[in-house]
Amino acid sequence: MDPESERRQRLYRVSAIVLKRREQGEADRLLTVMTRDRGKLTLLAKGVRKPASRKAGHIEPFTYVELLVAKGKSLDLVTQAETLEAHRALREDLWRSSWAYYVVELADAFTQDEDPNALFFDLVLETLGRLNAGVDPALAVRYYELHLLSLVGYQPQLFRCVQCDAPLQPEVNFLSLERGGALCPSHGSHHPETIALPVPVLKVLRFMQTRPWEQVAQLQLSPAVSRQVESILARYIVYHLERTLRSPAFLEKLRAMLARTKMVNAEETANGESNGEAALSINDENAPG
Amino acid sequence: MSQTLARPVSNLIELLSRLPGIGPKTASRLTFYLLREPNGLAEALSTALAALSVGTVLCQRCFNIAEQSPCPICADLSRDQTLICVVEEPMDVLAIERTGAYRGIYHILHGALSPIDGVYPEKLRIAELMERVRVGEPREVILATNPSLEGENTAAYIYQQLQTSGVSITRLARGLPVGGDLEYTDEVTLSRALEGRRSM
Repeated sequence: MDPESERRQRLYRVSAIVLKRREQGEADRLLTVMTRDRGKLTLLAKGVRKPASRKAGHIEPFTYVELLVAKGKSLDLVTQAETLEAHRALREDLWRSSWAYYVVELADAFTQDEDPNALFFDLVLETLGRLNAGVDPALAVRYYELHLLSLVGYQPQLFRCVQCDAPLQPEVNFLSLERGGALCPSHGSHHPETIALPVPVLKVLRFMQTRPWEQVAQLQLSPAVSRQVESILARYIVYHLERTLRSPAFLEKLRAMLARTKMVNAEETANGESNGEAALSINDENAPG
Repeated sequence: MSQTLARPVSNLIELLSRLPGIGPKTASRLTFYLLREPNGLAEALSTALAALSVGTVLCQRCFNIAEQSPCPICADLSRDQTLICVVEEPMDVLAIERTGAYRGIYHILHGALSPIDGVYPEKLRIAELMERVRVGEPREVILATNPSLEGENTAAYIYQQLQTSGVSITRLARGLPVGGDLEYTDEVTLSRALEGRRSM
């Protein structure tokens, strides 16, 4: 093999989303990135904490970046970096970036090293793009949660009872975390570990699970339904991950702080009161049965 | 560590390897160097290490690491006490002091917000900063956290909380580094540099 092609062999090019990074040594950082073709990778970026680093600005978290990587003995080395999408609006907004933290924390938690999942990668990238574009972060993230669960094999069964396989009726059904799906009242109601699924909550979950984003983006949820959907998905995810996540607590604190400083996010309150019934009206055709 | 090593040696190796950036190999190399080093470096180090915890306190005003509280910077009345520069780490104070261009005082947060690493607001000295601003009524607070995602988030969080206090809040300028290269500059830095351009 001639030296040139041998050198090429040791280099590869990836398009990556920076999930997280930590400091290493004097001026280096270890990056955890998600790539479409090679899955999740840990890469060493040398010298990027020096101010004149050519790479530093391109490898901040949430950035979609093209990387040229050299194979190393233990760790692969980032040799060049060029931003494909900076998600600037997202990074410069504390509220939206705390949602993005949750998005990348889930992406990290639900992937193994070097185990590519192109559809999951696309979903993460689309979700960051949506948060960056300023959509209702709660909708974008709920959609993300449901779809990532499907892509990694934990899709909750929301249409039939996981015990008797009977189609669910429009009544209060139940969700079993352990069995990964809904139970009809006769199989779910007497189990202490099941979570009640009121009709509007189940409808929203089903709608988000089956409809394309363009339709989900039109949803207007009442604060109560929105909170229930959030808490049910959070419990479902933590149960199947078998570990707790750190960013939701931050989001919670930020919510409290924003409420305190009377800067309550307009979309959070404005969505509410006036549209209490919207969750029910949008998906009549999607009704159980 | 195997039984063949004398306990004081294996003990030191184990302790050294807990330091950031030092693995077991480097730790053993350092240990054996100290063992043979003739000029009493080991003794000097042990005295210095002992003084590290006994001889330092956190300044109760700015939370810098100092020999007494208030620290020399806070106690220096020739400095502008109405100008507070908020930084992430004590090392950042050194960096700013080296410029010789700043004559105000500091507030050290001891970190930056990072939700996925579990660094929440209450782990930082943010509440203490709020209290300082409330009591001391400075004329300006300079947010000098790093221009990284974590630093920006921390600055935004503090800004959010200080907004109603009436104090003037500024952020260090962000743009091109000295010795940098436009071609390799990321678009966020470059657009900020354009936004913050100055007339010559």
